[in-house]
Amino acid sequence: MQSLPSKITGHALALLATVLLGGFLSATLMRLAPGFDTDERELDPHLNAQSVQALRNARSQDHNIFRFYFSYMKRAANGDLGTSLALGQPARTLLRDRAPLTLRLLAIGLALAWALTLTLALSAAWLRLSIYDTLTTIVSGTLLCIPAAVLALLSVLWNVPGSLAIALIVFPRTYRYTRNLLVKAYLRPHIITARAKGLGEARILFWHVVPVVTPQLLAVAGVSVSMAVGAAIPVEALCGLAGIGQLAWQAALARDLPLLVNITVLVTLVTLLANSGADVIGYVVRSQEG
Amino acid sequence: MNLWQKLACVVLTLVLGASIAANWLAPAGYAKQYREATDAPPSRAHWLGTDELGRDRFARVLYGTRISLLLAPAAALLSTLMAALIGGLAGYLGGVWARMAMAVTDLFLSLPWLFLLITARALMPLNVSPLVSVLVTFMLLGLLGWTTAARVLCTTAGSLRGSDFVRQARAAGLPGQRLFWVHVVPNLKPVLYAQFWISIPVFILSEANLGILGLGVTEPMPSWGSLLKELEGLVSIREEPWKFVPLILLVVVVTSFQLLLSKQEEVAA
Repeated sequence: MQSLPSKITGHALALLATVLLGGFLSATLMRLAPGFDTDERELDPHLNAQSVQALRNARSQDHNIFRFYFSYMKRAANGDLGTSLALGQPARTLLRDRAPLTLRLLAIGLALAWALTLTLALSAAWLRLSIYDTLTTIVSGTLLCIPAAVLALLSVLWNVPGSLAIALIVFPRTYRYTRNLLVKAYLRPHIITARAKGLGEARILFWHVVPVVTPQLLAVAGVSVSMAVGAAIPVEALCGLAGIGQLAWQAALARDLPLLVNITVLVTLVTLLANSGADVIGYVVRSQEG
Repeated sequence: MNLWQKLACVVLTLVLGASIAANWLAPAGYAKQYREATDAPPSRAHWLGTDELGRDRFARVLYGTRISLLLAPAAALLSTLMAALIGGLAGYLGGVWARMAMAVTDLFLSLPWLFLLITARALMPLNVSPLVSVLVTFMLLGLLGWTTAARVLCTTAGSLRGSDFVRQARAAGLPGQRLFWVHVVPNLKPVLYAQFWISIPVFILSEANLGILGLGVTEPMPSWGSLLKELEGLVSIREEPWKFVPLILLVVVVTSFQLLLSKQEEVAA
């Protein structure tokens, strides 16, 4: 079995490699996108040939993708993430100003989604009433069939906070995984034995089922961060919340590619950190169980 | 097939049949404007009323359903073929190929699906003709939606590579290419079918999300995404409940797919 420090080092290296590769791929796609290397300022009739040439020379270093990415990384290491084409502001300022709102939305949304998931899944497992199980499955299944953007629109219509909309988008997915894990755990031989010996449902659930599913639930918790980040885009965009999700949407609509590269790197970093964190915690839990 | 699955089959057949027969069922084309009756409530002439540009909503729902229901399977087919090619081949070849394919898959999967979609959509021109926007949207779904299926196929092909019958065929001197097409691919078929069916509702929902965010199919072409965008200006559900028909139809269709997929998901797992 791998030791904890080597597991953390492995995750850190994989994270670094993925972020670097993700950034490079985004930059490559950006470089290849139609419309790249055009500058509307060149159409200004007040500019003479030398000024137009100066504008072209300023962009000439972007022609080589490796050179472009290297200079981007070099600037990023010094804290300069470039300037948004559409908003005309430094990308770093935009991200810094909008991050707190998105983080708050994600934190509250995820907390609500998991509270709902665990309450419904554990109560369904404890009660073992088929009608209750069917009802919760129908509720989560219906929510799963509604596009995230529609839930965001409905939250505007009903004046519901954005974090609740995120919770309702994430909940059906986490509920489905959690319910399936619990169903599978209940089929294990030691649970059947425990029930045959006459142990109470609560004791079986909290002493024998929950410890078995905890590592997998932690993995789902890591994935749910990625789900919540994805949900933040329609929620922030349609609810008029000035967070990073709305920024990503605005950048996509305006084809603000430099800003999109920065957001891509940031989102990759956040989701990978969440997944790696969940994996490391799951590892610690498993090793403590022996 | 249980009762619910039979019901789902009937619903899907009816919806698909109605959308294909849109030319005969719809009172007018999806772009025809009734300028004297803009944003009109349901009437005999317009069963679901008209939108703010005076276009018949029932006609737009029928044509929009046709676009979403025909192109989502096309995108699913594209993504399944890509998954079979990348995941199946990488799993069969194993070693560095499998590791490379999985690294690329991990990279794609590390980004939230909707974020990946809007980023890739932004890389393409947005001011394109409606027909091109339909093709771009569904091509994008197909080209980006292969990763999860590729991971499953890579694992399945990897386990097939080590199976007795493949080893025996290799020992008998069967060339690698023939071994792959004759012995590995037929065994991947159940997983491929499952992944194909699983992708369809995912792509329908993704198109709807893109459409509402203004990055999907462009006007005047209808799709479920562009039809649902109408909900943006809604003040109250009670005042105009008919505007929810596209949403109800979408939920019914996706639910029907989910009911039919319960068996497929077991295969895919």
